[in-house]
Amino acid sequence: MSEGLVLNFKVLPNDFSRAGEASSTVKNKLKKLGVNPYIIRKVAVAMYEGEINMVIHGGGGEIEVTITPKEIKMVLEDAGVGIADVEKAMQKGFSTATDSIRSMGFGAGMGLPNMKSHTDEMNIDTQVGRGTKVTMTVYLDQGENHE
Amino acid sequence: MNKFYTSVRLDKDACNGCINCIKRCPTQAIRVRKGKAVITSKYCIDCGECIRICPYHAKYSTYNNIEVMDQFEYTVALPEPSLYAQYNNLEDVNILLTALKLMGFDDVYEVSAACEYISQMTKKYVEENQDKWPIISTACPAMVRLVQAKFPNLIDHLLPIKEPAELAAEFARKRAMEKTGLPSEKIGIISISPCPAKVTSIRMPIGINKSNIDAVFAIKDIYGTLLKYMDKAKENVENLSISGKTGIRWANVAGESFYLDTENYLAADGMENVMRILEELEEKRFIELKFIELNACSVGCVGGVLNVENPYIARVKLKKIRNGLPELKTFIDFSDTEKVNSAYWTEKLKYQPVFNLADNMIESMNKMEKAEKILDKFPGLDCGSCGAPTCRALAEDIVRGVANERYCFDVLRKLYKEVTHDDKSVD
Repeated sequence: MSEGLVLNFKVLPNDFSRAGEASSTVKNKLKKLGVNPYIIRKVAVAMYEGEINMVIHGGGGEIEVTITPKEIKMVLEDAGVGIADVEKAMQKGFSTATDSIRSMGFGAGMGLPNMKSHTDEMNIDTQVGRGTKVTMTVYLDQGENHE
Repeated sequence: MNKFYTSVRLDKDACNGCINCIKRCPTQAIRVRKGKAVITSKYCIDCGECIRICPYHAKYSTYNNIEVMDQFEYTVALPEPSLYAQYNNLEDVNILLTALKLMGFDDVYEVSAACEYISQMTKKYVEENQDKWPIISTACPAMVRLVQAKFPNLIDHLLPIKEPAELAAEFARKRAMEKTGLPSEKIGIISISPCPAKVTSIRMPIGINKSNIDAVFAIKDIYGTLLKYMDKAKENVENLSISGKTGIRWANVAGESFYLDTENYLAADGMENVMRILEELEEKRFIELKFIELNACSVGCVGGVLNVENPYIARVKLKKIRNGLPELKTFIDFSDTEKVNSAYWTEKLKYQPVFNLADNMIESMNKMEKAEKILDKFPGLDCGSCGAPTCRALAEDIVRGVANERYCFDVLRKLYKEVTHDDKSVD
């Protein structure tokens, strides 16, 4: 049996017009696979937020998504500024986005907490000045209870 | 019987097997096979884009002939507001409505009157259902079918109120039965529509079990006949109109939103635009919006494929027709809870995952992996020569078992080279 589907994406820095392309692609694949809509929404929202973070803070980077019948695992890796205080970054409303980026409607500070609330597991591996690796997992076997 | 019905059909003799429709179809429901277009009805949302784009007029929508009126003892016409925009210098809607009666209808009931009823309901529903913001309009049946098939997470946002023509049919039937004392089956409620998706709604109604509409006439089909009766109608104009500006506005994009009296609405038209908005909406990117109005056709219902007039000109004409009319003529009585409640859907809309690759996820995953591998063999031109709109669509057709790799001209070319050792003549 297969090890699952692996999808790779490159995220470009500061390219706001293309931000969200990767999460949209994954979302549409999940639909074709017949994944429960509730799960699809979780993945789409979490991945979109992560993707936007990579565009704003991460200087772009790479995303690898692995889909198996058990889970959807998203690894978002960038070589950007890193997160100085992860605990603080996890607070609702906290943001280091510049005013100009906020004025575009991004960087309202919902990013990380929103990602966590839409995934079943989230792990952040970060180093200031080196980059950030966010690993998020959404389990598939919970779908039936969330119609 | 096929669970899925579509009103869009193909005139095989007229079809020349080109790729215009397969490229245009928003749900990739069409393939060219044996030189002719084939529609897979379970993917079709009846938006009419293929009818619009076909240079050979090979695509058409089914609707009823005028003879259907003979089947009923009493008939009521339900003209959609787009009809008013088809005629030049129409100074009074009543002339047109009178002409409908001269044409043979016993009565008329304007769809725009039902629109006014729904407008007042919607305003209240939007304020009372903040948890469902943004509420998505359900006036465009092609849009609703698109959401049902492709955007399961947006189904809860749909406004659960009947389509305007459907509600008008209900009101009209009740009025006709009271007026004539005839049983329901002797009364023919006939909508006059610009839209193939609304034709489908009679067979596959949205949010209800059975439609109250008995037949549909296409605006373009009765346009000429009606024109002949206009002069006579002017001699003795009956006062039949029961809708004001609000209802007539519904024929244009943003017309429905206008009445809601809020800045926090979005109105979009044209298939490509609405598809993009639905995609983004699913990732919750417009959280501050209250209402979203989406029209499959550019400019709204006046852009429907069964119209005669250019939609942009139609919009100008409608503006003139609205001049001098009151905002509303049909008022809702919220204390009449029975009538108000009957305007809501009775059936819960279900997700129809018609695009799944297989019945279960493991099989779907295997198919998707296979499709990816097959895709590597194709040139990625999305040329349509194979009869599928994109290389990916062909790869998926192959894993679904309805096509093979040699449909691709590039695969064939490579095969030719291999067999003939001729490297030059086909490059």
